[in-house]
Amino acid sequence: MNDVRLLTGGEAVAHAMRQVDPDVVPVYPITPQTPIIQTFAKFVADGRAHTEIVNVESEHSAMSAAIGAALAGGRTMTATSSQGLALMAEIVYIAASMRAPIVMALGNRALSGPINIHCDHSDSMLIRDSGVVQLFAENAQEAYDLMVMAPRIAEDARVLLPVLVCLDGFTITHSAEPVSLLPDDDVARFVGPYHVPNDVLDTTRPTTQGPFAMPDYYFELRRQQAAALEAALDVLEEVASDFGQQSGRRHGALESYKLDGATRAIVALGSTAGTVKDVVDELRDEHEPVGLLKLVSFRPFPGRAVAAALASCARVAVLDRADSPGGTPPLHAELAAALYGGDVELAGHVYGLGGRDLHPPDVREVFAGTAAPHIGLRGERCLV
Amino acid sequence: MSRLKTIVRNQHGVQPLRGGHSLCQGCGIPMVVRTVLSTIRQPVVVVNATGCLEVATTRYPTTAWNVPWLHVAFENAAAVASGVVSAQRALRRRHALPADEDVTVVVFAGDGGTYDIGLQALSGALERGHRFLFVCYDNEAYMNTGVQRSGATPFGASTTTSPAGLESFGKAQRRKDMTAVAVAHHVPYVAQAAATHWHDLSVKVERAVAVDGPAFLNVLTDCPVGWGHEPQFSRHIIDAAVETCFWPLYEVVDGRYRLTYLPRRTRVEEWLGSQQRFAHLFRPENAGLVRLIQEQIDADWAALRARCDEELA
Amino acid sequence: MDELSTWEKLPVAGVVRPADAPRSLTGGWRTGEKPTADLSLCVNCLLCWLYCPDSAVTLAGEAFTGFDLDYCKGCGICADVCPVDAIAMVSE
Repeated sequence: MNDVRLLTGGEAVAHAMRQVDPDVVPVYPITPQTPIIQTFAKFVADGRAHTEIVNVESEHSAMSAAIGAALAGGRTMTATSSQGLALMAEIVYIAASMRAPIVMALGNRALSGPINIHCDHSDSMLIRDSGVVQLFAENAQEAYDLMVMAPRIAEDARVLLPVLVCLDGFTITHSAEPVSLLPDDDVARFVGPYHVPNDVLDTTRPTTQGPFAMPDYYFELRRQQAAALEAALDVLEEVASDFGQQSGRRHGALESYKLDGATRAIVALGSTAGTVKDVVDELRDEHEPVGLLKLVSFRPFPGRAVAAALASCARVAVLDRADSPGGTPPLHAELAAALYGGDVELAGHVYGLGGRDLHPPDVREVFAGTAAPHIGLRGERCLV
Repeated sequence: MSRLKTIVRNQHGVQPLRGGHSLCQGCGIPMVVRTVLSTIRQPVVVVNATGCLEVATTRYPTTAWNVPWLHVAFENAAAVASGVVSAQRALRRRHALPADEDVTVVVFAGDGGTYDIGLQALSGALERGHRFLFVCYDNEAYMNTGVQRSGATPFGASTTTSPAGLESFGKAQRRKDMTAVAVAHHVPYVAQAAATHWHDLSVKVERAVAVDGPAFLNVLTDCPVGWGHEPQFSRHIIDAAVETCFWPLYEVVDGRYRLTYLPRRTRVEEWLGSQQRFAHLFRPENAGLVRLIQEQIDADWAALRARCDEELA
Repeated sequence: MDELSTWEKLPVAGVVRPADAPRSLTGGWRTGEKPTADLSLCVNCLLCWLYCPDSAVTLAGEAFTGFDLDYCKGCGICADVCPVDAIAMVSE
């Protein structure tokens, strides 16, 4: 039976959380993720979820409490954005190293300064080396779907890492779309019971967790952790297939949209993929051989699959909704590494910083090869 | 049954903190840890902030802990503990924990991880009312990183970032009254204790874990390296802190103050003179500072006595 | 221990179990003095056991039996706190 509702992305994420029914959710407010925690708090207050909400006094404490809860045998979720993620960044790295399978919704928002509450991907990029999984949703439906999939990925014994479900601030978090919800029981069955290998509360088998490592062991402990993130690619595909069977919607590491026979492609993350799909449809009607490579998994980065998907392309344009001053924008750098050795012409564009919209005519210019490196920037053209 | 024998029995033959760690010769921290953990009858989980205790007891792949132990970072032990306790509550509600399971969560943090960088997380945890015990082992500076001053460092003490010198008499600020800060959160139990007054500390631990809410213990203990004294004199030095009223022993139960020890009120020189970090205060030009310290202590003591409305039990 | 050194073989997240963990023999820290006890004077108050920073006072049940010199760092606190002067720091 199809339960389709008009929901904002934030509400859709909250519904996923309600159905997963985690044990502990630390909450701290920050625009634009607050609809998530507010909607969820109301579910709990009405007894529709049975979660211990912990009203922490900062995001740093949110992730800290999340680690404590997750390692003490409680399935744990939380949400943040931008400065909140920046503040908890120290602890995000540690959550990954302590292999805490926390699920966190990230309402992508620009990092200060200037302070800005609108969408870009700079917050995700701040923690790209933290060792956590980062999956990007294109719309409210995907935000819901990925949020339901996330615990299975995080808690898999081959992974045991935090998983971030990233949804564009305001564009997805606050925009209402039709979202098809799975039945509550299906979600409960899908995520199954929660288990950590070394339960802190098990006093009969005491463990020491969060060690101090000298140069003789740090390297090996970090490599072990990185290997788990690499393994998450396979786990993501397995969970995606399973979810696909339940729902009819499959979200693997990437989505090739009309890349068959495409000679020109755009690579993008997040809601912009939706805009690009519309333009691809129009251009295809005009017999232009164009396509979109939508990345769902930014970390782990599916480099081989990306290269294979773009094999037929002569020109690839990467759209980065984050910059790396003094260096190469993050997605551009990943694509350059993935395509190294091939003969693809790679063009990089930075767009949408601080929530500036990307319009279909801009996307057309990108496909035409005439777009500025910094799309929509007023002033002199600069190289990316 | 003597309290000390009870403490031994509570261990059931297993030391919660065993030898083989790399804390200094004569370190004042383990006595606090062992007194606290072995007073508690229930099984415990320890959350430890970064600092001497954490670093010296858990160099990978060794450990000195025979109880479940968790370290995440420096400033967030109280927040981590909040998460552990919240998971406990959630699991208990789902009947997913053994019925007789009553694990006590104990945080150990130094003064840095309590007064300064740890203050926010501690404040939040106290305000939220989680049932856990937070023990500050207060040796009055950031010792693990080389004796830098903290908000707990006393007025006039020489540390590596507030050194006494030709133009400085050491720390120019009074230390925070962290115990009062905890009391201001309206938690059921707060107490000030000292490592070598172990009987008083143990009684306070029992009271602390019996309340249904947060408990905060501020425990003075010494650092031979940081304070500048021979390790075997720890007991005399901590006793001097108590007898001079530099560090009164009291408890605050649901906001009501009660002294738990009546000191002899010896002159502060007995406390200051025992440690190298105060040695410069005995130069003639600093006599005024010593008088000032005595005045501060006298004023604080009078204020404390006024707040205590019960006779000493 | 060498066998555990490769990244594949380390326990997940570097979690350590006390029963399996190697121990550092900190008795090597002593600089020439060790504690000895005159059992005929000892009254089993157990203060030395409580004060010892290295958990290096050994008991049989609730009775003092001696010192664990594998871990004793020679700080001398036990000798200082013993109320009957049953403990002395002697040259090794």
